[in-house]
Amino acid sequence: MLRYTVKRLGSLLASLVVASLVIFACIEVVPGDPASFMLGINAQPDTVAALREELGLNRAPHERYIAWVSGLVTGDFGTSYTYRSPVSEIVVERLAISLPLAIYALSLTILVAFPVGILAATRRGSLTDISVMATTQLGVAIPNFWFALLMVLVFAVNLRWFSAGGFPGWDEGFLAAVKALTLPAIALALPQASILARVMRSSLLDTLSEDYIRTARAKGLTARQALRRHALRNALIPVLTIIGLQFSFLLAGAIIIENVFFLPGLGRLVFQAISQRDLIVVESVVMLLVFAVIIVNFLVDLAYAWVDPRLRSRT
Amino acid sequence: MTEEGLFRAALRSRNLVVGNLLAAAFAIGALLSFFWTPYDVTELAIATRLQAPSGVHWFGTDHFGRDILSMIMVGAQTSIAVAIVAVGIGMGIGVPLGLAAAARRGSLLDETIMRGNDLVFAFPSLLIAIMITTVFGPSALNAIIAIGIFNIPVFARLTRGAALPLWTRDYILSARVSGKGPVRISVEHILPNVTNLLIVQGTIQFSLGILAEAALSYVGLGVQPPTPSWGRMLADSQTLIAIAPHMAMFPGFAILLTVLGLNLAGDGLRDLLDPRIRNAQP
Amino acid sequence: MNSIQQSTAAFAVLALTAGGAWAAKSDATIGIQLEPPHLDPTSAAAGAIDQVLYSNVFEGLTRFGPDGSVGPGLAESWEISEDGTTYTFNLHTGVKFHDGTDLEATDVVFSLDRARAEDSQNAQKALFAGIESVEATGPTTVVVTLNAPQGNFLFNMAWGDAVIVAPESIDDIKGNPVGTGAFRFSEWKRGDSITIVRNADYWGAAPALEQATFKFISEPTAAFSAMMAGDIDAFYSYPAPENLVQFEADPRFTVLAGNTEGETILAINNKMEPFGDVRVRKAVSMAIDRQAIIDGAMFGYGTPIGTHFAPHHPDYVDLTGNAPHDPEAAKALLAEAGYPDGFETTLKLPPPSYARRGGEIIAAQLREIGIETEISNLEWAQWLEQVFRGYDYGMTIVSHTEPMDIGIYARPTYYFQYDNPGFQKLISELSVENDPARRSELLKEAQRTISEDYVNGFIFQLALTSVVDARLNGIWPDAPTQAVDLTGVSWTE
Repeated sequence: MLRYTVKRLGSLLASLVVASLVIFACIEVVPGDPASFMLGINAQPDTVAALREELGLNRAPHERYIAWVSGLVTGDFGTSYTYRSPVSEIVVERLAISLPLAIYALSLTILVAFPVGILAATRRGSLTDISVMATTQLGVAIPNFWFALLMVLVFAVNLRWFSAGGFPGWDEGFLAAVKALTLPAIALALPQASILARVMRSSLLDTLSEDYIRTARAKGLTARQALRRHALRNALIPVLTIIGLQFSFLLAGAIIIENVFFLPGLGRLVFQAISQRDLIVVESVVMLLVFAVIIVNFLVDLAYAWVDPRLRSRT
Repeated sequence: MTEEGLFRAALRSRNLVVGNLLAAAFAIGALLSFFWTPYDVTELAIATRLQAPSGVHWFGTDHFGRDILSMIMVGAQTSIAVAIVAVGIGMGIGVPLGLAAAARRGSLLDETIMRGNDLVFAFPSLLIAIMITTVFGPSALNAIIAIGIFNIPVFARLTRGAALPLWTRDYILSARVSGKGPVRISVEHILPNVTNLLIVQGTIQFSLGILAEAALSYVGLGVQPPTPSWGRMLADSQTLIAIAPHMAMFPGFAILLTVLGLNLAGDGLRDLLDPRIRNAQP
Repeated sequence: MNSIQQSTAAFAVLALTAGGAWAAKSDATIGIQLEPPHLDPTSAAAGAIDQVLYSNVFEGLTRFGPDGSVGPGLAESWEISEDGTTYTFNLHTGVKFHDGTDLEATDVVFSLDRARAEDSQNAQKALFAGIESVEATGPTTVVVTLNAPQGNFLFNMAWGDAVIVAPESIDDIKGNPVGTGAFRFSEWKRGDSITIVRNADYWGAAPALEQATFKFISEPTAAFSAMMAGDIDAFYSYPAPENLVQFEADPRFTVLAGNTEGETILAINNKMEPFGDVRVRKAVSMAIDRQAIIDGAMFGYGTPIGTHFAPHHPDYVDLTGNAPHDPEAAKALLAEAGYPDGFETTLKLPPPSYARRGGEIIAAQLREIGIETEISNLEWAQWLEQVFRGYDYGMTIVSHTEPMDIGIYARPTYYFQYDNPGFQKLISELSVENDPARRSELLKEAQRTISEDYVNGFIFQLALTSVVDARLNGIWPDAPTQAVDLTGVSWTE
């Protein structure tokens, strides 16, 4: 196990180094000078040069790479070109929205997907199963930005149950904040819940057909007991893997939904930073997201290997 | 199962029939638009803009007076072309990588390919797509590349996963004994056996590609005007949704129905082609 | 001695009448499209900084009024020496910065010296280029010496880039602006909003609003929903003209349609073939149907222009007749120039909807006379690099929002690369001319020259459309500069 962990840790570090190189290289080739953009069309060349100097853009690429990476290692993510405040500070501000939104959306996803998936699996072939399958197919196929627009039209503009977007901040009270995140969370959760319900159903069907469930049934357990005691727990492994993927997706993948509801989240921060050429924000946040996913993958792999020793010999 | 039997089974599958019909409707619309559309989609008629659906314009007109039905037909070309090529890139690069990783299981090559896959998966896809189009400028080609890159690990993983157990089969062992190299075995014996799986996954990635293209052109990074695209039609409709809801409805449903059709077809194909599931069915 | 003595009375009265009514509601939430990158108006080009801070938080020696006229700001009066090179400004007494320190003449010297210093990051450094020296000759007296007479020095000092800052605040100015205005900066929820609150120690008339919040909403749909849902009280420079009909029909709202300084032009790369030929440029101009663009892209909001000059300016000459919409004549011109079958070129469009939508319409209009355009939609950073600095474009659409900027046509390296020594002479004459009648003559001459050279396709003057809660008064309908001045805004019962 120790040998496996060390080996795995090695490839983790290699991944991180490669990721940082890829991100830095991408950012290097992005056309458009941050300083020119910030100073606009009437700026004089010497003004632009002065700003470039202050932002440290005149240094050689390898110097900037080393400065950036050594900053990351010590927890210093650099200073935003446009906001002129530490990137870490800005990221923490944005996470105060993105994290709760992701958790909210994921909770909705799980709350809907679990019962629906279990119901469909246990009543396989019934009308319930067919309508669940049909609805989830729709849920996967709807472009979620379109669905979000329709919700705004109905619930904010016409019915006025919710505000059309924006975020009042957590200091306005928990309920107000949760209310502001409700429509976006639903828009994000719809396709994810559809996917998860389908995974839940098929995973449960797989385990239900396994021998030990048949044995359990033969021993006199009712279908419900067999489900609760044996099948569900085993069916959860692929489901949890999917949930892990969905969470990291929700954290960064909400850009379009954040735009529709003008929420100042992490995705929108990067989106804006790209168009404003606030490159240090782009590279640090993307690196952070990649880092998070890689670490989660690493931990999941370790957990699997711990549970199932056969996997250790894979590498 | 004989070919005839397969065809009968296909007809019995509700998913497959409905899915194929939906997908075919859009494919036909796209094909037809190469020769004929009700109206020219590059001609503007400001005087007749924002008209509701009628006998003259079945789906109404947009903010420049263009015929929405015609735009949806031509837009289908874009969606289909972008998604097909993106899946092609994913398969063209991903499948050989997957085969190679499986053939050299446990080697440094395998490890590199798999860790590379993990790495690509770890990148936030939409953000990277936005960065790619920022670097190279928005265009259909760059949308294809952006979507295609994220298809590579999908196919590489799938192929490797399906190929690994095959390598322990008797007929592969006998092929090895008879002196065939790993490349030849992969092409002659492994690939044919994973084709079904690839077709099923290809259909699903195809539908995801259409959604991704719509999202990219919705944020303005797909094919450029005057070529119509569904995502941009939705973006254009946004501010007019209250006075001209048809502008948002028709492209939205076009995306929805195409993706739905392809997903249903994918499900149907899986039921049909994956023997494990087929045999399990009552 | 040519002396101008002005009092602040006019401004004070204006503020009083506007802010006189007592209303139960004393705060307002104003939607604006873009978020300021930081809060230092003297070191960035971003218009959003001035929208939030100009006049509200920061003030300059002079200031723009709602109609674009230049009046006294922190300087209550000034004298100009006879040769026009020395300006003596007398500051108001009892002015305090928001940090409690007094405004002194040395602060003005500091601010102007900082703006024109070698390592200055002022985006409009040219405004200060003519300054020879700045001196404090008394606690509230500042003498500015110019190296040559300058026709529009007072105008230059009214810009948001020339506001007076507190020296001790410079280190944190980007996150915590300290000015002298009627509101003080209170809170910035990044990505969401900025809040300013009434400054109890303000030297001038107190504003009616106790607090105001600027909310950043760049998505037009979101702007529409936020307005309709009542989340915001006003949207300054509403981004989607197509929604205005609905707002006009709704008694809850007032739609303000005013002027901006934005000449929207189809800029042409004059040095790129075949645009070097004036006949080709004229053909392009005549292919353009201005009204169709105004209707199609701006839903009717905008005034056709025939030159690079704002129609609401007294010296404007209507030259739209120089290039009437006539596709047949345009085709004939193209044939004469040697392009009977037209040609292909690029049309690069920056993000605003006037450019994106206008671009699609213009592409269709140019196609009628045989010119095929390849459209590419660019972000601003790309536009700056490719079009503005790289000259790598055939045509582009952009609105030039700086006031009185016809002088850009005298710069041969400006991105449309128009090089006419006659015009350059005209502008250099204008820059030192102080006589109003002669200035007017020169300005008119300049307008005619570029119109008759068909330098660019002159399309329309951008309209400023704001949607305001019908009970909210005092939002400026026009945009003489980038400012959302709230000092005169109030609620009625």
